[in-house]
Amino acid sequence: MSMFGFNFRSRKAKSAQTAKDRLQILLAHERGTEGSGSGPDYLPLLQRDILAAIKKHVHVEGDAVDIRMEREDDISSIEINIDLLKQAARAD
Amino acid sequence: MSKVIVVTSGKGGVGKTTSAAAISAGLAKQGHKTVVIDFDVGLRNLDMIMGCERRVVFDFINVIQGDAKLKQALIKDRRLENLSVLPTSQTRDKDALTREGVGKVLDELREEFDYIVCDSPAGIERGAQLAMYYADEAVLVTNPEVSSVRDSDRMLGLLNSKTRRAEEDGAEPINAHLLLTRFDPKRSGDGEMMTVEDVLEILAIPLLGVIPESPAVLRASNEGVPVVMGDKSRAATAYEEAVARLTGEQIEIRIEGEDRPGFFQRIFGRTA
Repeated sequence: MSMFGFNFRSRKAKSAQTAKDRLQILLAHERGTEGSGSGPDYLPLLQRDILAAIKKHVHVEGDAVDIRMEREDDISSIEINIDLLKQAARAD
Repeated sequence: MSKVIVVTSGKGGVGKTTSAAAISAGLAKQGHKTVVIDFDVGLRNLDMIMGCERRVVFDFINVIQGDAKLKQALIKDRRLENLSVLPTSQTRDKDALTREGVGKVLDELREEFDYIVCDSPAGIERGAQLAMYYADEAVLVTNPEVSSVRDSDRMLGLLNSKTRRAEEDGAEPINAHLLLTRFDPKRSGDGEMMTVEDVLEILAIPLLGVIPESPAVLRASNEGVPVVMGDKSRAATAYEEAVARLTGEQIEIRIEGEDRPGFFQRIFGRTA
């Protein structure tokens, strides 16, 4: 509906579309992981395994590994930061 | 001294999460370091209302169980630097919440934040009880509707008996405030909806604010933008004033639309 140059529907339609898009992305991720204990729940285990692997070679603190996940429409990425500064500081 | 505020209601669907999001965003906008925690284990929704659902990696339960550090689970808001979100688990069940675990996390949060807002699940089960247990203040979200007012009265009873402040000798009782949401001044004026005074007479607690029924609330939820961060609206103003009162400012309660009918309302009068 357009009147006096204003489009009265566009604003509402825009936020409703945003809602639908957000839900579709989120639910696509959640449905795949229902009850299986995988999905974001595997991240603590992944973090522990990475930490264990690093510890075989260098001494690192228990909180040296930081994992973040970013979910986008088409791809998800996992960002893993390993803090080696503490190790370097100790070596000095 | 940081404050723990529980946003609770008993009844579902009255606007707890919307209010927890708006209040925490409002506190952060005022410059207070604020964190908002989702206590609804298994039915996580605060992340969607805050618009950070794609950034959840670790959660409250991971922190309680020692699988992640608190700083890993906290999601810093990208719009307000003083605001953080602590999401809950979508896959665990609510038994994962323990009183000791919640207490430890809250103590750690107290070191960093001025305000810790606990978004309670509906009902009176474990999640709701733990959301209120450590609270210093309570915001009782209530609709002007019989079942909501009744449930709020029940929650008041629990706040005064099943919380740390109620159990500890000599502790001040929890400061409970009423936040009346989805209020329609016109229907109330027409005698179709209880008035603010009616609800206050029944619950007999101080009024924090009256949030009018507003299209801005659904829009905020659609977009994942807390009401006070979106475009100016009656609901946003009402929430901002409620937040100011929560921090001790004296602001007169104005019920938008009651004394100042809008242009269309004046033309079409009370026929709608």
